[in-house]
Amino acid sequence: MNEAVAWGVAAVAVAVAAFAAWHMVRDARFSNPLFYAVGVLELLIAATLVGGSIALGRTDRDVDGVLFISYLVTNLIIPPLAVVWGVAERSRWGTGVVVVAMLTVAVLMARLHGIWEGTVV
Amino acid sequence: MSDVHSTSSGFGRVLVAIYAVFALAATARSVFQLATKADEAPLAYALSALAGVVYVVATWALATGRSRLATATILFELVGVVAVGVLTTLDTADFPEATVWSGFGQGYGYVPLVLPLVGLWWVRRTASGNGAGKG
Repeated sequence: MNEAVAWGVAAVAVAVAAFAAWHMVRDARFSNPLFYAVGVLELLIAATLVGGSIALGRTDRDVDGVLFISYLVTNLIIPPLAVVWGVAERSRWGTGVVVVAMLTVAVLMARLHGIWEGTVV
Repeated sequence: MSDVHSTSSGFGRVLVAIYAVFALAATARSVFQLATKADEAPLAYALSALAGVVYVVATWALATGRSRLATATILFELVGVVAVGVLTTLDTADFPEATVWSGFGQGYGYVPLVLPLVGLWWVRRTASGNGAGKG
């Protein structure tokens, strides 16, 4: 997991979290722009799953493959779950769910990088 | 139980999401630890698994408005995080490997310590007349 990729995706996740937080503070409901922002992040995560799997196959690093892939897959399912769970709540807290999910994605990206570097077990 | 989903609406929606994250984190981590290196620190890993299961039950209870079950599981968490926090501070021998509750949950930004308090506050608040706000 390239350092720039990991931190880049984490930064996008934090940005989407901030966008969702802005909705939450303004008591705004789930909006289309927010939905697209989450969608873009989801595409990036899908790319990390593909890229990460290929990189795992090529590397001679001592990376724990099962742990690495399970983090990538978990990351992929978090945004859709958050959208489903958040849209059903018609108040500011619906977007609050998205804030939590996006920050979780950012943390997982940081840990993914740690797993790749061998600093997280 | 007229409003069965009371603990999962409003702010509860976010609370359930946070609980779900911890349920997943604790359970998945313990499954991985037990599957790959169970003999290294059986007590710590078994405790991780127990914590994970309790988080799963608490998440489900909050999501479906079972306030008694939610209170019981959240209290269990609070006792667990404080007890393990004290034990890991005094003596690390039994807990050489990190669990979700080690050091009062410091590996998880102390969220495991704060979350039960927020959870109990929320269950009490929703139990006392649905958003009336009296706790």
